[in-house]
Amino acid sequence: MRLRVLAALAFLMAPLGGANAQEAAPLLHSHWSFDGIFGTYDKASAQRGFQIYSQICSACHSMNYMAYRNLAGIGLSPAQIKAVAAAVTVPGGLDDQGKETERPGRPSDTFKAPFPNDKAAEAAMGGALPPDQSLLVAARDGGPNYIYSLMQGYVDPPAGVQVPVGHYYNKYFPGHMIAMPPPLTDNAVTYADGTKATLAQEAHDVATFLTYTSYPQLDEQHSLGVRVLLFLIFMTIVTYIAKRRVWADVH
Amino acid sequence: MAAGLFKSEVKNPVLRWVDTRLPLITMMQKEYGSFPTPRNFNYFWNFGALATVTLMIMIMTGVFLAMNYTPNANMAFSSVQHIMRDVNYGWLIRYVHMNGASMFFIVVYIHIFRGLYYGSYKFPRELLWMLGVVILLLMMATAFMGYVLPWGQMSFWGATVITNLFSAIPVVGQSIVQWLWGGFSVGNPTLNRFFSLHYLLPFLIVGVVFLHVVALHITGSNNPLGIDVKGPQDTLPFHPYYTVKDSVGLCVFLLIWAAFVFFMPNLLGDTINSIPANPLQTPADVVPEWYFLPFYAILRSVPNKVLGVALMFASIGVLFVLPWLDTSPVRSCRFRPIYRILVPLLVVDLFALGYVGAHHPQGFVVLLGRVATAWYFLHFLVFTPLVGWFETPLPLPESIAKPIVRKPHSGGGPIPGGAVAKPMENA
Ligand code: HEC
Ligand code: HEM
Repeated sequence: MRLRVLAALAFLMAPLGGANAQEAAPLLHSHWSFDGIFGTYDKASAQRGFQIYSQICSACHSMNYMAYRNLAGIGLSPAQIKAVAAAVTVPGGLDDQGKETERPGRPSDTFKAPFPNDKAAEAAMGGALPPDQSLLVAARDGGPNYIYSLMQGYVDPPAGVQVPVGHYYNKYFPGHMIAMPPPLTDNAVTYADGTKATLAQEAHDVATFLTYTSYPQLDEQHSLGVRVLLFLIFMTIVTYIAKRRVWADVH
Repeated sequence: MAAGLFKSEVKNPVLRWVDTRLPLITMMQKEYGSFPTPRNFNYFWNFGALATVTLMIMIMTGVFLAMNYTPNANMAFSSVQHIMRDVNYGWLIRYVHMNGASMFFIVVYIHIFRGLYYGSYKFPRELLWMLGVVILLLMMATAFMGYVLPWGQMSFWGATVITNLFSAIPVVGQSIVQWLWGGFSVGNPTLNRFFSLHYLLPFLIVGVVFLHVVALHITGSNNPLGIDVKGPQDTLPFHPYYTVKDSVGLCVFLLIWAAFVFFMPNLLGDTINSIPANPLQTPADVVPEWYFLPFYAILRSVPNKVLGVALMFASIGVLFVLPWLDTSPVRSCRFRPIYRILVPLLVVDLFALGYVGAHHPQGFVVLLGRVATAWYFLHFLVFTPLVGWFETPLPLPESIAKPIVRKPHSGGGPIPGGAVAKPMENA
């Protein structure tokens, strides 16, 4: 309850930056396992989201702040992580002759990007830069709900609205004209764990994975947080009792 | 006792050896142990101690952040991600520091409100108060430069907007701005100097806090009744009475701070600061951190840029002269029937200004901004001197220990204090 009140107070004070979002539709909301003070990542969902990222999003979007070893946080075993990393080739530095070499990826490498640099990415995308996905959830108002909505927001434009070439109409994107072609459809992937790949399911899973890439420490943060709060509540009570005792003789 | 040695009363021989040569233990005992403190403090008197603890926590977390942070325009953003992802408990250190800035301002704003309400700025505490305002200014500079360091979109554009304010200064404005930037726009040199200064200023704050506390220990503390301490019956030794009372407040404060750190660490921040700084892409809205919003609102409420900047600085400057603007001889608002309404109204006014600062200046927001700005200055420059003249204060209690009042002109016997003065709030 106290948390709610605080959150409400803080909301009143926080800059209401979203106010200018160009009449984008109100977001869809999903139920997130990582919400709330006891929230933890749904690892199965995050792994399915990782599958979507690797098979679809990674064709265009980089993930520069994620290392393969960070996949341990969504439940991949060291052997699985090694295998995922080894599937890519990365620059291996210079050899004795001063020539560039290549080597298979290691768990300590960061995710291999689809394009060598932003310019190349823009050129391939008709001028629009697909943003790096490691902080995408952190960098958008609405967080996971925004990703969840955006993935399902591709609809026919209202009558009379012209969609420029190379753009698509998305009702959740600010300004609606997005340069990203609809990345997900029903059965866009075949889930390794047999889950039925509906659009909503895929959107939910990829949003879970992207939340993990933005906040990889969240599980630890919540469990440590609960213990710290309990400790401080205990200390508050003890100190208050001590205070009453010390002050008992004054008056 | 050898000549040249301090007469120490410390028992332990080793500590005594030190204390006779450097009487720190005696000093601490005198200033924080037996220090006579008014017996009637309420919990508003916790906030100075809370601010001190916050300052220490900020310095400690800051030093650890600096060990892993890289002040370079190309690397700053990713070094912060390195702290968040690779450094052991780096996320914890960063979240404590990030939310600590907000906590610091909450605490200091309440601390200042306490001073306003109970008249702590009046004789003989004027200099103590002015040192407090200096601390506030230093805090603002520190927080502003700290916010630039992660080098996200809001860092960059916030720095651009705020430094550009100085271009309003006639004639030399543009040169000053370029001098601040170390170039022709906010860039790597700006980031480097902001980092250097962000590391330096907190230690200046420590210095001024020290002077602030020295001054406090000369005049002694004010108290909720705003009357002077008349003798030992009005005071209690600081320890254990106020050490334990401050500890209660500290625990509650840390609880609130921790709730932010662990469960809503980004609530007070801005999402677009998770996007690396991009000089080619101006964000739709450049909004400062919440603790600057009222001042930002004053700035934007004035159609003329030079005047806007001047008023913004004047809004803090007016605090410096407050001790001489207030003409009332009575300190505590408890005995000031009119001023005790005006001070909370000023708080409402500041909330209104905060709202204005967070919103697009259009229509109603502009009007509200102007009215609230006018009220802010009217409060200090007109109402405060006038009310001091015209208000009839309630009769003051005779002393803190004996809150007994004499009716001003009746010449009658004492009446029980409870009838007029509120009961003590120190339970
Ligand atoms: C064919 C290339 C391509 C693929 C595949 C792709 N994207 Fe994108 N994405 C883009 C481009 C280009 C943009 C920039 C759009 C713009 O700015 O209009 C973008 C932008 C985005 C944005 C940011 C929207 C905003 O608010 O600025 C999100 C979120 C996003 N993509 C998510 C995804 C996810 C999740 C996937 C995988 C399921 C994915 N994308 C797959 C090309 C792609
Ligand atoms: C870093 C920020 C600050 C720190 C660490 C700090 C610290 C303290 C401490 C420890 C006390 C004694 C305890 C108390 O009375 O609450 C105190 C008293 C006081 N402070 Fe501050 N302070 C800070 C900022 C300010 C500011 C910004 C102002 C005013 C503009 C201010 C005005 C006062 C006054 C007037 C007193 C005497 C209060 C009284 O006894 O009534 N302080 N401060």
